[in-house]
Amino acid sequence: MIDNQPANDTVIECDVKELYYGNFKAVRDTHVPIKQGQITAFIGPSGCGKSTVLRCLNRMNDLIRGFRFEGHVHFRGQNIYGPTIDPVAVRRHIGMVFQQPNPFAMSIYKNITYGLRINGYRGNYDEVVERALRGAALWDEVKDKLKQSGLSLSGGQQQRLCIARAIAVEPEVLLMDEPCSALDPIATRKIEELMQELKKKYTIAIVTHNMQQAQRVADQTAFLYVDTSEGGRTGYLVEREETKRLFEDPQQEYTRQYIRGEFS
Amino acid sequence: MASPDKDPSSLSEIELTRLEHSLRKPRTLLSGFLTLVTTVLTFTALVPLFSVVFMLFYRGGSTMFEFSGYPWEWVRWSLFYELPPAAFDDGGGFGNALVGTLIMVAIAALISVPFGIMASIFLAELGAQSKTASVVRFCAKVLSGFPSILAGVFAYGAVVLVTGKFSAYAGGVALSILMLPVVMLTSEEAIRMVPSRMKEASIGMGATQTQTMWYVTLPTALPGIITGVMLAVARAAGETAPLLFTALFSNYWSMSTWSPTSLELNEPTASMAVLIYNFSSSFVDNQKEMAWSASLVLVLVVLMTNLIGKSLSSSGPKR
Repeated sequence: MIDNQPANDTVIECDVKELYYGNFKAVRDTHVPIKQGQITAFIGPSGCGKSTVLRCLNRMNDLIRGFRFEGHVHFRGQNIYGPTIDPVAVRRHIGMVFQQPNPFAMSIYKNITYGLRINGYRGNYDEVVERALRGAALWDEVKDKLKQSGLSLSGGQQQRLCIARAIAVEPEVLLMDEPCSALDPIATRKIEELMQELKKKYTIAIVTHNMQQAQRVADQTAFLYVDTSEGGRTGYLVEREETKRLFEDPQQEYTRQYIRGEFS
Repeated sequence: MASPDKDPSSLSEIELTRLEHSLRKPRTLLSGFLTLVTTVLTFTALVPLFSVVFMLFYRGGSTMFEFSGYPWEWVRWSLFYELPPAAFDDGGGFGNALVGTLIMVAIAALISVPFGIMASIFLAELGAQSKTASVVRFCAKVLSGFPSILAGVFAYGAVVLVTGKFSAYAGGVALSILMLPVVMLTSEEAIRMVPSRMKEASIGMGATQTQTMWYVTLPTALPGIITGVMLAVARAAGETAPLLFTALFSNYWSMSTWSPTSLELNEPTASMAVLIYNFSSSFVDNQKEMAWSASLVLVLVVLMTNLIGKSLSSSGPKR
């Protein structure tokens, strides 16, 4: 019954009612469905909790002390915060690419096969490495130096290596937390083109503080803003819409102001 | 209104002359004086070190080296494979003491390295913020300044009295107590230095905490951990006091034949440090000379270990 939802193309149903770090209320009332085969962007000013929401989607927040969460995140109909769910298993289906390129201090080859090794995968590693690197548009640049350290690559290459590493284990969803913020415009461009390729196979959710980037890559966009009325800085969802409509015809005053660049 | 004799250009000239260096100013004098004092004191502090090293090479070297014949005959190799000389004998060496030191340091490392690394994983990762961790960390710091003779007394009570024998095991236990805090604290530091984004990457790929520790954190921290082990080994190799109570000394080899199975670890065992201690107060010149050359060898061993540790720590991952 859970799996039989033909009309529903939502892969992750994210509904954050309240999210705390210790006593600090970081996010409230944010409901965003992540749709199959599309790119969903989270935009908003710094500190509005967009990364926090993204990290909820594969339980990365579990690592942070004092993290508490009310609401639910349904991945293909299953509540990933359910008591019987193993967060490790969740992360194997929902991969993540981080803000800073973070390859391991090992060879390019071993970086890619890491996910296979921890999963006890028995098969042709070489094939997977080539497929992942081609998928991340990095194969031609590194095919002759697979034994070199992943740290020897340039920033943009490192980030594509991280993407290759994430897709090597064939996740269903890729979460990208400001994947281009540490990169120069050319490397950014490459990652954006790559994302268009990737969305044919994977569902993608991306956090970005760059509105142009959201316009260029995203199908759906969610705009989060900071509510300071209760004294703290609590992020919440202002508006969520198809990207084109959100930017051309925002329904909310805050969205309109943010898009016009009246505050940041 | 600005008066004509106080226009801006003349004012700036006055300021500029005040900025110039002048030896007559008290603060310039004081500064120069203090620079001189610190420089002189720094060199004074180096005098004991260099005089010790000089004496070691001068006195120890005169026994160890004899520059005649072929280059490979310049070193008196017999020092390294002969037994210590009796009071009025000529020749002899410190072969058994060198082997004994290596054996006991190895035993100590076998005990302290697993304990130290496991504890450092707890301190750095599992219970970093816990009460236990802060107590353990404090104890380790106290232990690292622990008088080494007390480690010897402890091992005497815990091992020698229980087994009824002075032995290499007892010596190893005493040395391991001195090594443990060094291994633990440096390993903790090395594990902490691993960038958290590497750990996040691993967790984000669906690795368990054990897999992350085993495949990412420990390999990345390894150079730092090895440095800590090397520093601990260097410290333990030079210790005398804990061995006096535990391994005592022996004029014989720890093994009867050249095979590991004939090692007699449950017997009193010679060590370089105790040999130096014994022979330096000897009334026989030959034994005194031997103490000098043994000191030189021990210092070189410790120095090498330190250098290896240092080179490993600088060859670690850059980020």
